[in-house]
Amino acid sequence: MTASFLRRVRVAEIEPVASRIKRFRLVSTDGRPLSEFSGGSHITVCMQSPDRLIRNPYSLMGSPTDPSSYQISVLKVDDSRGGSHFMHDRVEVGTELQISEPLNLFPPAKLARKHILVAGGIGITPFMSMMSELDALGADFELHYGVRSLGEGAYCRLLQTHYGSRIHVYAQDNGELVPLERVLGSQPLGAHVYVCGPKPMIDWALRTATLAGWPDENIHSEQFAAPPAGKPFAVKLARSEREITVGGHQSILEALEQEGIDAPFLCRGGACGQCETGVSACDGYIEHNDHYLTDAEKASGKKIMICMSRISGDSITLDL
Amino acid sequence: MVLAFKQETFRDDFTFSNSPESIRRFPFPFHEDKYMYAVNIEPHVLGPKGSVYEFPIDIDEHYVSEMRDRELVLAADPGRCQALPHMMTAQWDMLELLMTSMAHDYPEHFTLTRDGDRWHWINRPLGIDQKFTFGDHKTLPYEPMEYIGRQCQGDFSIQDQRDGQLYMDAGLITTQADWSLDFDIGMNFFEWHGPVPLAHEKGVFERALKFLLNLQVGRPVRRLNWTMTINSRLDTSPENYHKWGIDRTTVTPENVGDKVHLRVELQGLWRLPRSNAILFSIRCYLIKMRELVTVPKWGRRLPRVLETLPPEIADYKGLSRYRQMTIDWLKTYDDGAPTSPGFGPD
Ligand SMILES: Cc1cc2nc3c(=O)[nH]c(=O)nc-3n(C[C@H](O)[C@H](O)[C@H](O)COP(=O)(O)OP(=O)(O)OC[C@H]3O[C@@H](n4cnc5c(N)ncnc54)[C@H](O)[C@@H]3O)c2cc1C
Ligand code: HEM
Ligand code: FES
Repeated sequence: MTASFLRRVRVAEIEPVASRIKRFRLVSTDGRPLSEFSGGSHITVCMQSPDRLIRNPYSLMGSPTDPSSYQISVLKVDDSRGGSHFMHDRVEVGTELQISEPLNLFPPAKLARKHILVAGGIGITPFMSMMSELDALGADFELHYGVRSLGEGAYCRLLQTHYGSRIHVYAQDNGELVPLERVLGSQPLGAHVYVCGPKPMIDWALRTATLAGWPDENIHSEQFAAPPAGKPFAVKLARSEREITVGGHQSILEALEQEGIDAPFLCRGGACGQCETGVSACDGYIEHNDHYLTDAEKASGKKIMICMSRISGDSITLDL
Repeated sequence: MVLAFKQETFRDDFTFSNSPESIRRFPFPFHEDKYMYAVNIEPHVLGPKGSVYEFPIDIDEHYVSEMRDRELVLAADPGRCQALPHMMTAQWDMLELLMTSMAHDYPEHFTLTRDGDRWHWINRPLGIDQKFTFGDHKTLPYEPMEYIGRQCQGDFSIQDQRDGQLYMDAGLITTQADWSLDFDIGMNFFEWHGPVPLAHEKGVFERALKFLLNLQVGRPVRRLNWTMTINSRLDTSPENYHKWGIDRTTVTPENVGDKVHLRVELQGLWRLPRSNAILFSIRCYLIKMRELVTVPKWGRRLPRVLETLPPEIADYKGLSRYRQMTIDWLKTYDDGAPTSPGFGPD
């Protein structure tokens, strides 16, 4: 993503929506209207922290048909490596930021007979625009939304007012969990299920859907979690004959960017496939944290998604 | 730029021809003396003034006559325009892209005024003045894709993206090089590319699809494709093969210069913002051999490309019958001098 494709925006409004979640409204400052987008899209927000440039993806929440501003909601993460804290602590009304154009790696399947949306916590965000789109199309959908407590769940009231009985909220502190087996067991043929939330929830939902006999093509997920940190290691670049070090709290992609080396990327979340890189040697084990490579590709050790995956070991040689 | 639109035909008496300016701006597709399939995709960024890349949507001197030809094709065969029901949002995306682009770049010919969802479109060359409500297709005489497609050069197909694939779920195809929308509608990227030789084995389509799935809003890409056509016929569809297939047998050493045309498709690919679909535009440019050799570099290069073209590709493109005759004719313009790299005239 070269700089010329970035858009300049200003934060027009910040609203605390739940105990650790803030909503930001962004308006264009580069003289061009913001692009329309489709339900499920996200943007990448660039944040210039004192020591480095942070680029995190955030889902667009507003109505896709109203691009007069973009809205994102950011959860303050405890073991943050910077981004969500920057958004919560340093960004104020009036702050200027750079963002990418919208990208959609989590679109609703247009031919689905019915859409079952399953959200956990901050995983509600991509469904906000998706529901707005589905509603406008007159599509059949229902949302099952698990929150830790009603105080920590964002937009519960708003959604219920708007979409009524199609919204089902489950508060963990009331002992409620998303009754996924029941929900998935009683759907018409041709329904699609979409899951977004913490990794354990996604894994559980995917397993449950598969066990309930749902075909793979009808199951969709988007995962927000950043990969776990690790120890520093060396990356040797076969083509440019350079060597760089990746810090424990850095991705390979970030380490490359810090050294001024351009590598392709889009989602920075292990989903789009753009940062796929060939591995010519690895002195250690690759920890594949992406959702893109097939199990066979992962096992081959010949490819790595540098936005998410790292190694435990000393060094890896890449075709870069 | 005020264009002078020509009155000409692409059927029956074939009065089509290119002006000298039109020849100079022809998108010659060979950057070297040979040709092979590749993932030849590049950003669709604006190019030099006067070139076919000056604007995202290129309108040229053939506009009015090409639109007339499209009208005739659609009247005879409405099946050339089809859209599955879930593509309505994408149709509006396409209409917006084309109208805003045409009005912005050719203000003398097209004007678009928007007041919320109340739009007013004026197309002076075709004498159209239309007020409509964006998003409500009942306020237009046709569905949005057909409405704007009847007013824009080039064929269009719209691909829905789902489950890591692209599906050809809508299209307006009247100037195609021997493939059929009616046959391909609903097919996925690998299926509709099924007949293409060599490229599957080389992994061209696998890589191209991966690239397209990640295509971003506001960052269109383009590629060139080419074939050859006998007579300046735009509609070389399988549906009408009985009308044009026979033309290939009419080429003689005497008429190569006028009958044989190089046919180049400038293909644009756009991510559509509301629908997340991909618009594929296929803008066809024709040039007669006699016109082509007025650019010495092209006259030298084309026979060399044709001579070394892999037979599978020549067969697929339907050149086999007249390839040698065309090479022989062109060779009289090839003095054997080296050609410079790149597409343009020297
Ligand atoms: C498609 C998508 C949509 C998202 N939408 C939302 C949303 O709407 N709301 C929301 O709150 N969050 C969303 N997220 C998550 C969000 O992008 C951030 O991950 C989250 O805000 C936490 O960021 P953080 O920087 O505070 O901490 P972390 O997530 O802990 O850190 C992210 C940072 O981790 C570092 N990192 C990356 N890879 C590695 C690695 N291999 N090893 C070590 N460090 C690494 C980088 O510095 C990166 O910037 C989304 C994520 C994705 C992929
Ligand atoms: C979504 C966009 C695209 C659409 C709708 C499309 C459609 C088509 C169709 C209908 C054909 C004719 C096949 C036949 O013979 O029946 C074709 C041919 C072909 N396509 Fe595509 N295509 C697309 C994108 C691409 C891309 C990105 C590439 C890049 C490599 C590509 C490479 C080719 C090639 C090499 C041929 C053979 C052309 C020839 O030799 O004449 N296509 N395409
Ligand atoms: S940037 Fe998308 S998978 Fe790495």
